[in-house]
Amino acid sequence: MTPANPSTTHADAAPNATETLLEVRFVSKRFGMREVLKGTSLQIAPGEFMTLLGESGSGKTTLLRLIAGFEQPTSGEIWMSGERLDTLPPYKRRVNTVFQNYALFPHLTVRENVGYGLQVTGVAKAEIPGRVAEALRMVKMEEYASSRTTKLSGGQQQRVALARALVNRPKLLLLDEPLSALDANLRKQMQVELKSLQRELGITFLFVTHDQDEAMALSDRIALLKDGALEQVASPREIYAHPATSYAAQFIGHTNFLRAQVQTGVAKAGSMQWAAAQPDGSALFSLRPEAIHLFSGSAPAAAVRFRAVIRQQIFSGASELLELELPGQSLRARVAARGPITGEHEFWFSPSDAVAICE
Amino acid sequence: MGVPMNGSTQALRRPTVLAVYSLLVFAFLYLPIVVLILYSFNRDGVGGFPPKNLTFHWYRLLFNDVAIWDSVLNSLLVAGGAVVVSLTLGLLAALALDRAEFPGKSILRRLVLLPLILPGIITGLSLLMFAVSVNLQLSLLTVFLGHGTALISVATTELFAGLQKMDRAQEEASLDLGATPWQTFWRVTLPNLKLSLVSAGLLIFTLSMDEIAVTFFLIGRDNTLPLEIWARLRRGITPEINAISTLIFCVSVILILIWYRIRTRNIGSGAQELLERP
Amino acid sequence: MYSRTYKSIVSLPPILWVGLFLLLPYALMFAHSFWMVRNGLIVHQWNLRNYAALLQNPVYLEVLFRTARIAAGVTLLSLLLGYPLAYYMSFHAGVRKELLYQLVIVPLWVSYLVRGYAWKTILGSDGVLNGFLQYVHITHVPVSFFLYSPFAVILMLTHIYTPFVFLPLYASLEHIPRNLVEASHDLGAGSRATFLRVILPLSLPGLLAGATFAFVLTLGDFLAPLLVGGPSSVMIANIVQSLFGTAYDWPLGAAISVCILLLTVSLLFATERLEKRWAFR
Repeated sequence: MTPANPSTTHADAAPNATETLLEVRFVSKRFGMREVLKGTSLQIAPGEFMTLLGESGSGKTTLLRLIAGFEQPTSGEIWMSGERLDTLPPYKRRVNTVFQNYALFPHLTVRENVGYGLQVTGVAKAEIPGRVAEALRMVKMEEYASSRTTKLSGGQQQRVALARALVNRPKLLLLDEPLSALDANLRKQMQVELKSLQRELGITFLFVTHDQDEAMALSDRIALLKDGALEQVASPREIYAHPATSYAAQFIGHTNFLRAQVQTGVAKAGSMQWAAAQPDGSALFSLRPEAIHLFSGSAPAAAVRFRAVIRQQIFSGASELLELELPGQSLRARVAARGPITGEHEFWFSPSDAVAICE
Repeated sequence: MGVPMNGSTQALRRPTVLAVYSLLVFAFLYLPIVVLILYSFNRDGVGGFPPKNLTFHWYRLLFNDVAIWDSVLNSLLVAGGAVVVSLTLGLLAALALDRAEFPGKSILRRLVLLPLILPGIITGLSLLMFAVSVNLQLSLLTVFLGHGTALISVATTELFAGLQKMDRAQEEASLDLGATPWQTFWRVTLPNLKLSLVSAGLLIFTLSMDEIAVTFFLIGRDNTLPLEIWARLRRGITPEINAISTLIFCVSVILILIWYRIRTRNIGSGAQELLERP
Repeated sequence: MYSRTYKSIVSLPPILWVGLFLLLPYALMFAHSFWMVRNGLIVHQWNLRNYAALLQNPVYLEVLFRTARIAAGVTLLSLLLGYPLAYYMSFHAGVRKELLYQLVIVPLWVSYLVRGYAWKTILGSDGVLNGFLQYVHITHVPVSFFLYSPFAVILMLTHIYTPFVFLPLYASLEHIPRNLVEASHDLGAGSRATFLRVILPLSLPGLLAGATFAFVLTLGDFLAPLLVGGPSSVMIANIVQSLFGTAYDWPLGAAISVCILLLTVSLLFATERLEKRWAFR
């Protein structure tokens, strides 16, 4: 699992007006008959690394393009620093984009690509070379300044695209799945570099991805989108520990779902029962695999214990996933690797780890 | 590819000036033809304004004009022959360019393209000199040789593109399953090229029917349709010529649209590929 | 995977045919340019007389330059008409793109003669244009310079070659990834700057290809002057045509043809190299 960086935890409630850089107000977008975004609202604080996370078709890329200015909202408004943004064309917005396929200009060198934004907005000629060199240094591409962009590798092109956007000192940097075209190792490396770059520069990043590991590793806050609407907006730790919906629970990390009947403060699922504060009736609980432990002699007093048969063991180095079967339920438990193990065993989990999900 | 290729960028201002200009360009391209068609129904000749007394008289005259229909027949013969020769040689050339290495390969490729890029008069005159030097009398045969030769490159380009698109593994699979190269050619390669063959054939047919420049120097006693019209022009112009031109236009349009549909079905939206570099 | 027999079978027929009916004729034309006419017969005596005549007689050079001017005019006008159209269709036409494209290629492949004849009937003293102008009382007498003039030749050939120029241009424009346009906007460039800095440079290969074809084919055109041209718009190919006709001097005609050929080929070669340099692929 990716080592989590100590990320600044922001309040899950929207920051107040003075702390908001970008505000999306009830924005909807319709393409023909399809409504891709349904009345979405979001606030992004200055200096934060916000990720739009979702499957394809969730509307995350559309939202990004609306903020960049390549699409117009069907309804709703977008504001930045107290001024209306969505009525401005893209070239007037203090927003820059790192495109998914980089979109580097093939007829210009690396240096010319990076300096493009400075040139067209009329930055003083004397100032440009210095700023270009600084940007290239930031992404470690100084020695390629005179190269044609078509000769560079994917990772190198990505850095140039980043430099080209950052050199303009935008208020908000949009990144449209910039790492998706890179292979796994390079991707991990670039994630680390991106995160530290953002830290160093203090520029607000809005990052789009479908990869939840990436989102958890990089973000200060994650905005989870599903079918054009926001499921949850919170820090990675918060979403992981307290997913608001079943979709959030299973999209971020893996989880088990326990359907339980609650009666006078006791939740019952099969042979398991535990104290729960939910009102009477049916309730859904999310239980992370790593919260299920193999009973090895002792367990906390309030622990919920149960017996299950190990159907499969999926090894992954330091830990392994056990597929458990018990009457009326199958669960997955993540335990420390311990060699081959089969048959029926006893397991336990803490009631506090069973998180109730709003349905 | 993941890159949006079709204008998902919104036009931020409606480009009206550009749109109007484009409309004017279209008008320029079509107006002469529209006028020509209109005046084919004019009883009082090809000029003046406005056309009065609309009539089918000239079409009736055309219908009974034996010489014109003879020339149409001649054109059809030549075009048919040109299609056969060009397609056959073009197919072989495309296969050769796609699969064989031999000295002079790049020369062949360029040589085959020459008649399409050079002004027709040069190709026509060269063939004329050739015909004279071998004592070949000018006739439909020489015209046929001219068309067939000049249009090979149309077939080659089209079929080469079709070959490139073809999945090579299909032929390998055929051989693997026991078919000989000959069988593989007929059962696998050729069917895959069906659309390319039809599309190239249509184009060659249309180009041959309309060809003048090369034909001009290779024509004998029997005229092709364009040359017959040309001869008439010398004698004086009448709306009958408008009438035959209108018919030519209508047939051409139909053929070209069919050709376009076939080609876009075959190669996808890359129909521009053949057209961008004949 | 392909045996030697296979490769021989597919290569030999085209090579033989093209060698016999293309290479040989071109070579023959080349040879003729070094021969001469004596007493109404072609004599196979090798000499450079024809080429000397071309260089020394100012008439030929004058006609050649006039032809080049006409060709340049036609190319320029075709570009002025074709480029905005291609740009509009590629970037602003949306779903109607396909339909408009078909509308452009139809005139391209419809008979040269039909289109030339149309202009002939329109531009004449009794033609449609004069009739129309008189009908709406813009003029009172027929304007004569519409027809049988360089104006008519240029007009007709522009009409012929605008679609020709359009096609490779449109293909080039279509090949430009749209995210480059977005990137340019994103970085602060408006529509005009984006066009000049991104779209135009990347469309140069197509532009060059189209312009070259229009220029080269106009250079060797002899039909337009015969249809709508007058004495002041005789082009170099007409001279060749008459040398092979009534002014019977095949060797001289061949020499001029060779010159046209060399000019054409070197132009094509030069632009091909330029295109490769500007291809940015």
